Amino acid sequence: MQISEAWLRSFVNPEISTETLVEQLTMAGLEVGSVEPAAAKFSGVVVGQVLSMQQHPDADRLRVCQVNVGEGHPLQIVCGASNVRVGLKIPAALCGAILPGDFKIKKSKLRGEESFGMLCSEKELGLASDANGLMELSDDAPVGVDIREYLSLDDSIIEVDLTPNRADCLSVEGLAREVALLNKMAFSAIQVEKVSIGHQDVLNVSVEAIKDCPRYLGRLIKNVNATAVTPLWMQERLRRSGIRSLGPLVDVTNYVMLELGQPLHVFDAEKLSGSISVRFAKADEAVTLLNNEIIKLDKEALVIADDKQVLALAGIMGGSKSAVNDDTHTIFLECAFFAPQSIAGKARRFGLHTDSSHRFERGVDATLQARAIERATQLIIDIAGGITGPIIEVTTETSLPKREAVLLRRLRIEKMLGVTLSDELVIDIFQRLGMTVQIKMDGWEIRPPGFRFDIAIEADLIEEIARVYGYNNLPSSSFLMRSELSSATEAVLDIDRVKDLLVDRGYQEAITYSFVDEDIQKFIAPDIEVIRLKNPISSELAVMRTTLWCGLLKAALYNTNRQQNRVRLFETGLRFIKKDGETYQQKMLAGLVLGDVCTEQWGEKNRKVDFFDIKADLQAIFALNGCEANYISALHSALHPGQAAEIISPDGQQIGWMGMLHPDFEKQLGFDTQVFLFEVDQNLLLNKRIPVFKSLSKYPSVRRDLALIVKEVVTANQIISCIKSNFETALQDVVIFDIYRGKGIEEGNKSVALSLIMQDDTHTLTESEIDPIVSRLLNILTNELNAKLRD
Amino acid sequence: MSATLEEILAQALQELAAVNDLIELDKVRVHYLGKKGLFTLQMKELGNIDPEQRRSVGQIINQAKDQFQQQLEAYKDRLEKDALAIRLASETIDVSLPGRGQSAGRLHPVTTTLRRISKIFASVGFKVVEGPEIEDDYHNFEALNIPAHHPARAMHDTFYFDAHTVLRTHTSPVQIRTMESEKPPLKVIAPGRVYRCDSDITHTPMFHQVEGFLVDTDVSFADLKGVVYEFLRAFFEKDIQVRFRPSYFPFTEPSAEVDIECVMCNGQGCRVCSHTGWLEVMGCGMIHPEVFKSVNIDSEHYSGFAFGMGVERLAMLRYGINDLRLFFENDLKFLEQFN
Repeated sequence: MQISEAWLRSFVNPEISTETLVEQLTMAGLEVGSVEPAAAKFSGVVVGQVLSMQQHPDADRLRVCQVNVGEGHPLQIVCGASNVRVGLKIPAALCGAILPGDFKIKKSKLRGEESFGMLCSEKELGLASDANGLMELSDDAPVGVDIREYLSLDDSIIEVDLTPNRADCLSVEGLAREVALLNKMAFSAIQVEKVSIGHQDVLNVSVEAIKDCPRYLGRLIKNVNATAVTPLWMQERLRRSGIRSLGPLVDVTNYVMLELGQPLHVFDAEKLSGSISVRFAKADEAVTLLNNEIIKLDKEALVIADDKQVLALAGIMGGSKSAVNDDTHTIFLECAFFAPQSIAGKARRFGLHTDSSHRFERGVDATLQARAIERATQLIIDIAGGITGPIIEVTTETSLPKREAVLLRRLRIEKMLGVTLSDELVIDIFQRLGMTVQIKMDGWEIRPPGFRFDIAIEADLIEEIARVYGYNNLPSSSFLMRSELSSATEAVLDIDRVKDLLVDRGYQEAITYSFVDEDIQKFIAPDIEVIRLKNPISSELAVMRTTLWCGLLKAALYNTNRQQNRVRLFETGLRFIKKDGETYQQKMLAGLVLGDVCTEQWGEKNRKVDFFDIKADLQAIFALNGCEANYISALHSALHPGQAAEIISPDGQQIGWMGMLHPDFEKQLGFDTQVFLFEVDQNLLLNKRIPVFKSLSKYPSVRRDLALIVKEVVTANQIISCIKSNFETALQDVVIFDIYRGKGIEEGNKSVALSLIMQDDTHTLTESEIDPIVSRLLNILTNELNAKLRD
Repeated sequence: MSATLEEILAQALQELAAVNDLIELDKVRVHYLGKKGLFTLQMKELGNIDPEQRRSVGQIINQAKDQFQQQLEAYKDRLEKDALAIRLASETIDVSLPGRGQSAGRLHPVTTTLRRISKIFASVGFKVVEGPEIEDDYHNFEALNIPAHHPARAMHDTFYFDAHTVLRTHTSPVQIRTMESEKPPLKVIAPGRVYRCDSDITHTPMFHQVEGFLVDTDVSFADLKGVVYEFLRAFFEKDIQVRFRPSYFPFTEPSAEVDIECVMCNGQGCRVCSHTGWLEVMGCGMIHPEVFKSVNIDSEHYSGFAFGMGVERLAMLRYGINDLRLFFENDLKFLEQFN
């Protein structure tokens, strides 16, 4: 909400600067978002009056005016505005004046006629963004007075960003109440007199929805002049609150809403048929709103209706068919209290948000209606004339919000705020807040005023104490808390350690969005059911990722498109999959590598990364948890069929995948080099084996090298597990140290060179022990894998 | 006839003087001191000499031999030094050339910031807890005292999957989940990704928060202030000005926004702080009785505080990053800056 500082100060005027006032509001929980001057900078403009006017001899559109500016003699000013006329009072910029935009006014000649100044429009004074003629001042404007003074333009517009609980401050009166309490000044609400009744006609009002509309007031005002001009002071106050003047009837309702916080509505009574009812809409009803939008209603929409049709969305917006216009003579003025829970969410359902709905859904003082309708009536009569009828009021007392007294215990203040406050201070704070205080055994019973509908429990009262006392005046403790030793879970590897390892191995950590482009994801994981956002930001961020690869591929592309030819990225985070109707949120770790193994460097020949570079990184990770994973050749829709491996834990669980991006996708996505990817399930990855010590042998180890010829299809894994599964106690390790194809080896075969490391705990192994082991293993390899010893 | 000792010595010294390298030197050594060396032979011939003279002749031979040996050592020493000098000269490299091998990567600045935050709180016994990102309406809103149609919901631009399932809009649901499964005393921080349906120059649809909360029998607003002060001072490594401003969150009461003096201009007022000298860095407050009620914790017996902060915001302030969107573009030129 934004308001004029001068308006606020007309209620309560502490002797503090604007800066201090703003600071006070902010520190009381009424955060000031901005402070802007009410008008742009200008000077040298006074109230002038056109005394006489002649057609310019050489220009059809120009008039030569004699203008009284309060000096001894009138000034001759040439003017081109169409609304200039004799007797009109206008802002006149004198020679030497500086208008907004540093526009200097000098004596000049217009088509030969001398001009000693300029008559101004609102636009030229920076008061409006457009204007179609001179700004017309009221007839009683004092000639010669500086226009800034006359219009009180040396004012600030204060914008307050109110939290939803402080709807009591959605009015000048509400803010003034806070300012008074913060400055310990007296505050009295605007006194409203009852307007004398001039006729006895009424519109019957029936309220069906008594829970939703506990109070409804209305009255008929006849013979109003809808074309009367809203006084400048009111227009200015509205303008400074960001509300345009729309004629006196609507202006008054807006003004009272800003002043007191009570939304009102005026209907053109001549357009109504029969009586007024407050009810829920029927399924087939519709209403055309003031903004000309046609709204289809349903049974949840609270409406104001007459005997024929729906007139308005209650508490949100009026309808166009019953709206006032220049021809209006009789109005029905509505002033109601709608229950917050009945308005909350309703405006948003229809895509609306109005000043009225904003207030009703947060809460309006349920005791305010009688005062507000009299205030509005008085202002209408003052500006537009009219004869007032009696107020019809339908109130359902039992539905009105109760301002129950709330118990505040002395000890609770100390417990929650960590400070002991004197009883006098506590009582003073609540009295300044307009609450009644009754002393009880352990504390006080406090009854909030009607406008503080946010006070319902003890914690609300404690917050008020803290707020008024000042959060920054409350103590701060060096907290003493129970401490327990935390457990150091060793069986779970910390993901931070894995991240550090990848960083040390040249990977850059990325963070990508959890929602991705469905098209890309379809490429990569066509078979996984996706979870779709109902209201995505864009189609490129519409489904939850089922793999972290989507984001990494996009991030890699972002970089390759920016001349980066070497990318190593990893990311941790959740993937989201749906299986049998259940949502699974799995913590994953994924990586992407493309380009050279190392950055370009001297003295070493560089090469492109390959499968085994990535595998080495994964093996380094698995070394951290002491578990050896198996890499099984398998098909993955996103990966090269000959360079893809499923990663399986020793106990057979699927940990993840690694491999080369399928060349088709490589091309479709726009990469010009091979891309390698891996993704593993964090929960399985981080299972750590707690080491168990094995005693060291005191005897030397022996190494025997073998070169085996096997078929191409025989994998290294098969050879090693064949050797290891034939458990030889002396065998400590098997290492493959060369793969050879070519001369001397038949097509379709390869030579695998491996070494067997043997050692015994009790003695030095002798040749006579080693030879049988080696030949036993060879036999098994021959039988199971058709391996032959290379000559 | 064999040459006289004097002649041998003179010859030996002459040969030494002509030596160019260690191999030649060794040849000379062997020629005179080897098993069949000339000095060795002289010593062997001592046996044929009259025993009375043997001692004095022996002494003379030894003297000559010693003289040769000393000279030999000196030459050896010089030759070795020369050889080393040549080697050192030939092995001299340009130490300014860069090292080879894999270069190190970097952690994302969000991770670095989260780690620092976690470390600070872990040092006083806070436990790190995580929660789901696809969250139900109950944990994200209802249990946090934000019923349907509460105006506070308008402040959360929520991503929906269906009427009851959302992407969490804050990390506060972890508060509920933790208090549902564990009993006080509790000291927890919950870092993670959160989502708001909002995207412009100062908003990304995903960002990170850290939620923290503490529940015990005697926790007051003063304790909250103390923790927040100390945390902010530890995080910015500076005795920074901090102020608490009353605010409103449905799940805390009293609620506060915390401002720090602007770290860009030291509170003097600049573009970053909109010329106020203050920067809003976190929200906090005492856990609302309704929240305790929803997790069956007796708010008469227990009290607690909670706080939440935006990780990107803290990272931006700490490292002077001026555009939020950079965090999720993953431009290597950005990521490589954060060691």
